[in-house]
Formats: sequence, C-alpha cells, structure tokens
Amino acid sequence: MPKLIVNDKEIEIEEGLTVLQACEQAGAEIPRFCYHEKLSIAGNCRMCLVEMEKSAKPIASCATTATEGMNIKTNTLKVEKARKNVMELLLANHPLDCPVCDQGGECDLQDQSMFYGLDLSRFTEKKRSVKKKYMGPLIKTEMTRCIHCTRCIRFATEVAGIDEIGAIGRGEDMQITTYLEKAMESELSANVIDLCPVGALTSKPYAFEARPWELKNTETIDVMDAVGSNIRVDTYGWEVKRILPKINEDINEEWISDKTRYACDGLLKQRLDKPYIRENGKLIKSNWTDAVQLVINKIKNTKPSQIAGFIGDLVDLESMYIFKKFFNKSLNSTNLEFRNEKRYLNPDERINYLFNSTINGIEEADLILLIGTNPRQEAAILNARIRKSYVKNKIKIYSIGDPGELTYPYEIIGHDTSVIKDIIEGSHHVSLKIKNSEKPLIIIGESILNSDAAEYIFKSIKNFLTKNDKINPNWNSFNILTQRASNVGAMDLGLYKITKKDNYEVLNKLNNNEFKLIYLLGADELKFNKKDEFIIYQGSHGDKGASIADVILPSAAYTEKDGYYVNLEGRIQKAFKASYPPGESKEDWEIINNISQFLNKRLDIINKFDLETKLIKSNNLYSKESYITKEKNSSEINQSKIPFINSKLEIKQIDYYFTNPICRASKTMLECKTVKNNFKLTGTEG
Amino acid sequence: MSIKKISKEQPEFFKFSEENLNKAKKIISKYPTEKQASAVMPLLYLVQGQNENWIPLVAMKYIAKFLNIPYIRVYEVATFYSMFNLSPVGKYFVQVCTTTPCMIRGAYKIVDVCKEKICENQKELSKDNIASWTEVECLGACVNAPMMQINDDYFEDLDKEKTEEIIEMILNDKQPKPGSYRNRKSAEPENKRTTLLNIKNA
Amino acid sequence: MLKDTDRIFTNLYNDESWKIDSAISRGDWKNTKEILSKGKEWIINEIKLSELRGRGGAGFPTGLKWSFAPKEIGSRPHYLIINGDESEPGTCKDRDIFKFEPQKLIEGCLISSYAVGAHTCYIYIRGEFFREGQKLQTAIEEAYEKNFLGQNACNSGWDLDIHIHYGAGAYICGEETALLESLEGKKGLPRIKPPFPALVGLYGCPTIVNNVETIAVVPTILRRGGKWFASLGKPKNTGTKIFCISGNVNNPCNVEEELGITLKELIEQHAGGVIGGWDNLQAVIPGGSSMPLLPKNICDTITMDFDSLIKEKSGLGTAGIVVINKDQDIIKCMARIAKFYKHESCGQCTPCREGSGWMWRMLERMAKGNASIKEIDLLSEVTKQIEGYTICAFGEGSSWPVQGLLRHFRKEIEKRNSSDPLIIKQNKNIPYLIDQHLLEEDNA
Ligand SMILES: Cc1cc2nc3c(=O)[nH]c(=O)nc-3n(C[C@H](O)[C@H](O)[C@H](O)COP(=O)(O)O)c2cc1C
Ligand code: SF4
Ligand code: FES
Repeated sequence: MPKLIVNDKEIEIEEGLTVLQACEQAGAEIPRFCYHEKLSIAGNCRMCLVEMEKSAKPIASCATTATEGMNIKTNTLKVEKARKNVMELLLANHPLDCPVCDQGGECDLQDQSMFYGLDLSRFTEKKRSVKKKYMGPLIKTEMTRCIHCTRCIRFATEVAGIDEIGAIGRGEDMQITTYLEKAMESELSANVIDLCPVGALTSKPYAFEARPWELKNTETIDVMDAVGSNIRVDTYGWEVKRILPKINEDINEEWISDKTRYACDGLLKQRLDKPYIRENGKLIKSNWTDAVQLVINKIKNTKPSQIAGFIGDLVDLESMYIFKKFFNKSLNSTNLEFRNEKRYLNPDERINYLFNSTINGIEEADLILLIGTNPRQEAAILNARIRKSYVKNKIKIYSIGDPGELTYPYEIIGHDTSVIKDIIEGSHHVSLKIKNSEKPLIIIGESILNSDAAEYIFKSIKNFLTKNDKINPNWNSFNILTQRASNVGAMDLGLYKITKKDNYEVLNKLNNNEFKLIYLLGADELKFNKKDEFIIYQGSHGDKGASIADVILPSAAYTEKDGYYVNLEGRIQKAFKASYPPGESKEDWEIINNISQFLNKRLDIINKFDLETKLIKSNNLYSKESYITKEKNSSEINQSKIPFINSKLEIKQIDYYFTNPICRASKTMLECKTVKNNFKLTGTEG
Repeated sequence: MSIKKISKEQPEFFKFSEENLNKAKKIISKYPTEKQASAVMPLLYLVQGQNENWIPLVAMKYIAKFLNIPYIRVYEVATFYSMFNLSPVGKYFVQVCTTTPCMIRGAYKIVDVCKEKICENQKELSKDNIASWTEVECLGACVNAPMMQINDDYFEDLDKEKTEEIIEMILNDKQPKPGSYRNRKSAEPENKRTTLLNIKNA
Repeated sequence: MLKDTDRIFTNLYNDESWKIDSAISRGDWKNTKEILSKGKEWIINEIKLSELRGRGGAGFPTGLKWSFAPKEIGSRPHYLIINGDESEPGTCKDRDIFKFEPQKLIEGCLISSYAVGAHTCYIYIRGEFFREGQKLQTAIEEAYEKNFLGQNACNSGWDLDIHIHYGAGAYICGEETALLESLEGKKGLPRIKPPFPALVGLYGCPTIVNNVETIAVVPTILRRGGKWFASLGKPKNTGTKIFCISGNVNNPCNVEEELGITLKELIEQHAGGVIGGWDNLQAVIPGGSSMPLLPKNICDTITMDFDSLIKEKSGLGTAGIVVINKDQDIIKCMARIAKFYKHESCGQCTPCREGSGWMWRMLERMAKGNASIKEIDLLSEVTKQIEGYTICAFGEGSSWPVQGLLRHFRKEIEKRNSSDPLIIKQNKNIPYLIDQHLLEEDNA
C-alpha cells in the first residue's frame, strides 16, 4: 500500500488509486469536470491540476496514478492560479446564461466558478455559438453551453454500450452530437443528463418545470422493473416533477433506466380519483359508500370457491400481505394468483425464483449463459452490469434463443431445448466451459418459463449446476430474471396456488370461467375471455383492468405510499411516500381493511405501522432490510425423472416503453415508443 | 476549423467497386486481425477516390459496417481530418497554402487568382463545377513557397502569372505539369549551390 | 562548412536517382547483415555513443529512447513507428528523404526495428504527401524484391514488414500519441502520459516512435561509427541535420549541415542571404513555427543547436528556419501562425481549445491596431494560461511563438495599438449575462 504526502500530511492508500482519489482521502477536495468515477479517465478539462514535487508542470490529478513517495500540494498559490486559469478559459466561450438554464442551481460550472471564477470577463471576442442538436424526446440540448468534458460520449460508449454520441470536428469548433442527430437508442440514455456538468444536456420533459431548490426530495424505490433501482423523487406539491437516480452500488450504481426516470408523467394522467360503478355497460362516477357496499353485496352472494384475486405488477408487500389475509380470513378463499399468464413456478425453495448470483456478483462472473432472455429490455440496469462485467473481464457470453441487439457481443448456441439437453449431457462444448468455469452465471428468462418445456429446462439446468457444484455457499450460478416489481415478494408471500398436478390452477379456472367474482389488485395484464364474471378493479390508473371492471376502487400509486418491495435478488427495500394519492383515492391496504370491516370479518390490523410490523415478522427473510440471505439448495434429483420436451425457444420481445399502466399513461413513454418505431419503419438506422 | 459542411444532396447508395473492394481487403490485411478499425482512414480515401473526391454519408455507414465499428466513430474521423471532403469539390481541387512561410512569399496573390478565376468564395464550385479552391495550412513544402496542391500534385515556386496559367489550364480541363515552376528539381538552392558539388558535377 | 564527405544525405538534391540500385551504389544496404549480427545491445550502444538526438522536434536522445523498449518480447508484439507527419510550418525535410533517399529510411527501419524488437513497422506519412508516399511504396517494394525486407530480411534472421499509413490533414497527428490514435483509426487526440508509448503504445503494445530523419541517419552512423557522428557538431548536440531555410531569403533551400553552425552562415552561405541584405533582417523563426522567433541582434551570432537556442528561450525544433525581413508585418506573420494553431488544435483539452482561438483573435486585432494596450498583458497572460496546463506539447507550441513576439516586438504592438481601444467601445452595448453569443452568429 503506497504512502504519499498530500499537503504535508502522510497518508496510506490502496494500490491503483489516482492522485485525485488520494487527495480526497486526505480531505483535500479537488474540482473536476471531466472526471467521473464510473467512467474511463479523459483528463481533458484540466480543472483538477495539482502540484507535484519534482514536476515542473502541474499534473492532472485525475489521470495520474498515486504512487509511493509522491508529494502533492493542492493548496498552493500555483494550484489556485492553475484552477483560475482553466476556469477562465472554460467560461470564455460559455454563454453565462444561468438565468435561463435548467441546470441553474445544480451546475458544477456555476458552483465552481463561485470559487475560481473572475468577477469580470476578460474575454471580449465574439462568443462561439453552437447549433442545438436533436437527441430524441428525452434530452434537450443547448450545445453552446457544452464544455467538451466528453462524459456523455464515454457514458454511451462504456456503460450504455451503444456508441452513439461523438465529438465531431476539432479544436474550438468541436461539437458533441449523435450520429446525424438521431435519437439515442439506449434505454439508459437520459443518464447523460445527470452526467453533463453544465446545462448542455438537460431533461426535455422537465424543461423549465421547476428550480431544484423548490422541490421536495424523497428517496425511494423504483417499480418499473424487478431490479429495484434506488431513486429520488422530486415533487412540487402533489406533482412528481422528476425522478433521479440515487446511488446504490449494489443495485443500480449511479444509473437508472429511461423508463424509471420518465414514466413519472404517467402518474398525473388517467388517474382514478373516484370510485366508479358500471351501470348499463357504462362506468359512472360514484362514491366510496356505494362502491364498497356493492362489493360487499357481491362477496356475500358469491361462493368462496368462485372468488379469485389477481395481483398486479406494481403492488407492494404490505398490500399483498393484507390481500392474502383478506382472502384467506375474510373471504375464505385461496384462489390467489400473481402470474398473469402460465409461467412455470417452482416455489419449493427460495433460490428457485431469485437472481442468486446477485447484481454485484455479475461483475465476478467468468462466463454468462443467457437462456431465453433479453436482459436489455427486461432489466436495463442489470444489463448494464453484464456489459460492465464484459468490459472489465472480457468474458464470453452465450445465449440460447435470439435476444436481438444487446450491448455486448454474445454467441447464440441454439434455438431449442435440444441444446440444453446437449449441455446437461456434456456433449456440447459450452458444457465443459461451464464445468471448468469458477463463477459461471446462468440466467433463465421468463420467455422460457412460459414455454411447454419450462419444467424440463428449469429442473435440468438446476440439476446440472448442482451436480457440478455450481450452486454452493460461495457461488450460486442459478438465476431467474424476474421482470415485475411485485413478483418476488408475491412468491415469498405465497400469492399463488400450485398443486401437484396443476401449476396453474387459478389461471386454468379463470380461463374456464369458473369464477364469478374477480378481484383485481392493480392487475392490468391479465388476459382471459370475460363472460359474466363480476370484476372489482382496485388500482391507480384507468388502464386495461379498469376497462373491464364493474366496480373501480381508486388507490395510490407507488410514489404515494410507503411500502416494501423485494427485488429480483431477493433484497427487501422500503419505498417512501413522496406525494399523496389524488382525489378520493386511498392506499390499497386501507381499502381492503375497510372492506373486511364492513364484511364484519375484521383483520387484526390496527394501522399501517401495525401492518408493517406484522408483515416483517411473518417472514424471517424480511427481518433485516437490504439483506440477501444465502439460500439453501436441496440435493440433486434423478435426471431421468425429468422427461425431455423438445421445444423451440423464442424470446418474447417486450413493449419496453409500455409495460405497465403508469408507462402507458405517460406521454413521454409514448413519444419514445413512436420515435423508436419510426426508426425501425424508415430503416434510417441501417 | 469550422465544422465541415455536409452536402445536402446525398446519393442513396454506395458500394466499393470490384477493384476497390480488393484494395480494401489488402489494406485491412496490413493491420493485425481484430484491429481492422485502423483501416478507416485508408478506406475513406478509397471512397473519395471512387466518388469524385468527396465522401457521402451512405459511404460512411458502408465503411462502418465494413469494419464493424459504430457509425459515429467513422463520422468523427471524417469530420476531424481536414482532407476528407463531405461535400462535392471540383474535378480540380485547388488547395493553397497560406501559412506564414508561404504567406511571406506571396501566397495571398495565389488566393487572389483563385478568387478571380475559380470562385469568389472558397469551398464553392466554379461556374461549370470543374474546380474549387480552399486555403489550407502548411503543406510541408515551405522551401518551395509559395505553393498549392491540385488533387494529388504539388505546384511549387509559384507567382501570380504562373498561377494564372495553371488555373487557366484546369478550367479548360487540361492537366498542368506538377512540380516547381522555376525548374528546380528539389529543395536545392536555386543559385549558388554550395554543397555536394562533386556529385552534382559527376 | 561541413565537408561533403561527412554528409549523410548525398542525394538530397536528387543529383543521382532515388532508385534502389543508385542508392546501393551510394553505399546504402552495405553490410547491413553484419551490422545486425552485432546485436541489439551493440546497436543501441553505438547510437548512444553517437549522442543522436531525435530530429522530430523534441530532441530526445534516440539511444536512450530505444533502451526503454522491453528487452524481451513478451505476449505483446513491439512496433516501430516512423513519424513522417511533417506538418510543422517551415519544415520540409522528411519530404525530401521520402523523395530522394528512401532507402536510407528503409534500411534505418530495419536496423531500428531489430534494435527495439519490432517485426512490424508503420510509416505514418501526412496525407498530402501522396506522391511522396507512392515513391516510398515503390522503394519499399524494391527492397522487398532484394530480400532486404520481409522474412529473414537481409539474411539476418529477423523478419520485418513495413507498411505506409497516410494521415489526412491534421498537424496534431505529428504528436506521437495522437499519431498512434490515428493509426488505430481514431481521431488524433493525444493520450495522457504516462504511460509512455515505449511500454503502452500502438494497440497497447510497446512502441517506439521516431522521426524520419532520425531513423534515416541510423545506418550511416552505424557504418561510420557513433564516434564519427559525435565528432561532428558540439557536445550533446552532435552530428548533422537537414536545415530548411524558407521565407525572405534569396535562395530558399534544404541543406545538411553540422549542428552548431551559425545561423548567419546558413542564411548567407547556403540560402543566398536575406532579401534586401542582412540589415534588412527583422526576425527568424529558428525551428519551425512552434519555436519563439529571434530578433536580428540575436540572429547575428546565434549557433544552431539545441542548447544554444534554449538559452535564447527558443529551440532547434525541427530546424525549419523561417526568415522574415523588414518588408513583412511581424504581427501579421505571428497572427497567421496563431491561426494555424487555432485551426490545428485537437480540441480535447480546455486551455488549448479555448486559448488558441483567443490568442489568434487578439493578435488579429493587434495587427489591425484594434486592441488596447492593456490587452497586450492579457495576451501574455493567456499564453501562460495555456503553457504547461495541456495534455500535449501543442499547448507550448501554440503559446511560445506568441510569447516570442511579445518578448521581442512588444514595442511594435504598442505603437500600433496606442489609439483609443475601439473594441471596448464596441462591446459596451452587449448585455453581459444573457445570450451574448446569439448576437453574433458568424463566428470565424
Ligand atoms: C504538436 C506536435 C507536433 C509534432 N509534429 C511532429 C512531426 O510532424 N514530425 C515528427 O517527427 N515529430 C513531431 N512531433 C514530435 C513527436 O511527438 C515525437 O517527439 C517525435 O516524433 C519523436 O521522434 P524523434 O525522437 O526521432 O524526434 C510533434 C510534437 C508535437 C507536440
Ligand atoms: S494541447 Fe491542444 S492539441 Fe494537445 S491535447 Fe490539448 S487540445 Fe489537443
Ligand atoms: S477532472 Fe482531471 S482533467 Fe478533468
């Protein structure tokens, strides 16, 4: 561990740190624009210059590795002069239009010029003006403000894995642009807005909406996929104005997907803010008393075996917990299901449905096999980790089934279950590679679990990994990639019904129209042939579920309540209330609790706190927040007992910008979808 | 250097000719496998050679695919280097060096001739599209200043009259003779040579 | 004056032929095999003995540079890169080597590649030298035909392939790391050093970059001995060098001379004197446009070698001598050079990108008499805000010439700009904060 001196103080640091990092450890703050921890080093802004003994010129601390015996000074006149010099040059051609710039108040350039800027501009030449560039519906550009730090280019190339931003021309006329001003294609594109240290790239949907100091910030959890990205929700009164990433090195690092960031305008649209009742085929505005009364009458007049409940994709643990209790205790029914279609589930042990290697673990993997999944669409942030792992370790990535365009090179090794058979029987070359690999990572996607061969694939892959000791306390290579925020929690809490013979009992009965009363808890993706079922829809948006409902109970969206979620790794995280539900809508637990009271079959829940406590106690997995337990694995079973099923494996393309009611209500998501479709139609990308 | 103008009129399609395809393959073989991106500049030259001395956008895409690199990287390269033309230039493309060593020996007289005979503005085509001219930075022939380049050839030791002759020729679609216009065969002193006299006289 | 028998580039004026047979008759490719058989150590040592310093501008000792290449070839191949980008205004020597002495360069490539362990050598030629490149390519093919190159080159047991790679109009690609980027098919953006190319260069492999002239003199040094080369010139500034004398002289020319020759001798003897006589001399740029100019009084006595010029706060650079007589407007001359640097800045790092344009614009105004006297100090400060703060030496290259002008011709600028500062008046009505840039769309 090298020792060096920073401002006369000796410090000892880890091998391989930069001088800038060393200075920070020594408590000396270094101004910077181009440097960013998660990106490669460019060393081009020259703001981080420091003095080093024995070097005539000041050195760029971000681009110099700290080594034994260096003597660094950051507080000398020379350093201050260097910073002032660079600052002046950065501002020379900068428009200084802070009053009309959205970055104002959170601009690195503005902040640092408070320290290093001159009071008066000595640059009296004409300032450079640069044409705005189109970068798609999310990113607003004002390229005259650009200070050429190249963070956006490096992000697109390195993290997003799609080379689409570049600097064209050279010298003072260099300009940042996408290729021929095409919209960015990456699902992570809007992160460049956070990265841009000035106001050159700002948020288009948020343009001129608010100043940062007017907003209330709430740190919480995203529900657009099952990754559980940590986010910060900024609200102005009731309105969610914007969503930003919150750093969580274990999950999303510093990034969030465009959907996570921009579906939020969907929180303001198509909201259910009043109960509705269907009369003569039309949904009519109603009130809580009438609506609940109707629900109660229906419940009382229906046999428990004919009542079923379906759970949607965005539901929190508390709501699911109370919903199950409500069904079991108040309604005497066990007909609950969170799956919206026939997706194989084996809940025997918890590792059967988790992403066991963990998101962090992806970086340690030495081989990745994707089976029936397109991680880029299904979990964009997790996909970014796969890319990171690829970039870092140049690992080999295989896929069974064709996932389309990903952000790293991969090799397709087959399109049907016979490849899997070959692998487990050892006759495929990848088989040996997995066996020889120390930390392989096998990711099974939902497309596979929906197929006829699901059980065969699931069991034989797991068996194969168990047999070869790839599922052990140190490394669990077996991963399921769940797509929906509520699903892992639903599996933990048991909101499904599986019998020995039938993996999909509730869904089968639904399709046979055996239910008379259906309670949809935020469930919008369920497809079935409705006959004369009476449908209660409880949720936040007037979407698919509401359109088939006979009675609508309006409830809060994910930003409007506290609630727990379990992400695909099995990590429990709490989401916090940033705003409040609109109109007369209420939190889900409250509605259900109310109905149980009117039914005179009270659940013993006193208040939200009580609910939370009981939920956490109900499952010892949840006793520690953000903690992933090392789950146990049962022993191997006899492969011959798993009948081989020959089946083609197709990876279902998902409608990325339209996966849930909130996105579908979002104007921004619609725009993104349109841009992407046009792109494909006109073939301009080829 | 201001950002290059990209031609508004773009062809729909580009493909290497058979001959250039073979050349391209040969060029790529000069670089290690996996490092074929190195060939991007030589290939852009090939495009220029095939497409009347300018590079259309489709050709950039073509090259990107050819070398398996992102479009934007080709675009960056094509806009960074001043010798890649992104909009049409004349059949005779005149580049006049006006950097100080040429300037002090009269480079701007050459510029005046170009303005008068080819086009008032640089980087614009002459009336019949046969020629265009531009000022460029030092072309590395300072000892034979002032000088200009027309397509691949250098024209050195110029003055106003000689330049006029040359420009007249190209405007009439005739190939002028490249080299020194004071009959120097190299960068030897024109008069009173002092060195290597034995060899000279041998 | 250097004896003709001590000149290396005997075909500099193309008295004979550049073709290989003629080159062989002049002594090229003689005993190459024997030279190689003496081993790497010997070669590097002999070059060290000769005290050869790089001819590309920086004057770094060549033998020392070679010794930085890893001794053993590991998993990564080694490369030798010949820097023939030659874009420094005032310099046109490498061009003549390509044209008239290509075999010297090619033989040098073989010997140097062997010394640094390279089996592949790329010659990076500026794109404008298309015809020169064609000649060189023919010369390379001639050498292949004679088995001087390729497998078992010259029967030495060493394999070497030489490829030409053209630039495309970017001065910055002469900077060695920008050159490597360019060779990798990217924009010519200089890399941050360390690591130095000798360890991490082309494609991340150990790479030695040398100027054309540096490599072309290697065979002769090894044939005649390092001691011979070191006996020419001055201590630490040894050997011969091709000087390019351009500008206001009667007979502009390239000439090979000993380092340490006086500037006056070069101009008067070889280049036929200053136009209008020595007394009509105003200033000389002694080493290519990056090197600060020298006023006449220094030119009277200065000797042309690395160290003497450094003492005068200038440098030998590429030995491109630009003579400027009193008929020229010196401020305009330097403003044009500033424009060159503005045009050629790669734009990567802040001080150079923003500063080069600023300097140029101020100088343009100063040349026209549109600046205020205060701005002369500002200009001086701007040069110092660039120098030393940039990624590559372009920053120095662009600010030094301006500093030279200010150092020696400040009075000239003051005289011209003593009237009321127009520019300040002009700017009075422009609102300070908002959208100043929108007022002026046409930025040069
Ligand atoms: C802006 C800039 C331009 C340069 N241009 C050239 C050039 O055109 N030719 C050259 O040989 N060296 C040039 N150099 C110097 C090279 O970086 C490098 O030092 C040289 O090629 C090393 O070769 P040498 O040791 O044989 O001199 C340039 C350096 C800078 C900073
Ligand atoms: S000093 Fe100039 S040329 Fe060198 S890296 Fe910086 S911007 Fe590029
Ligand atoms: S932060 Fe170090 S150069 Fe930009």
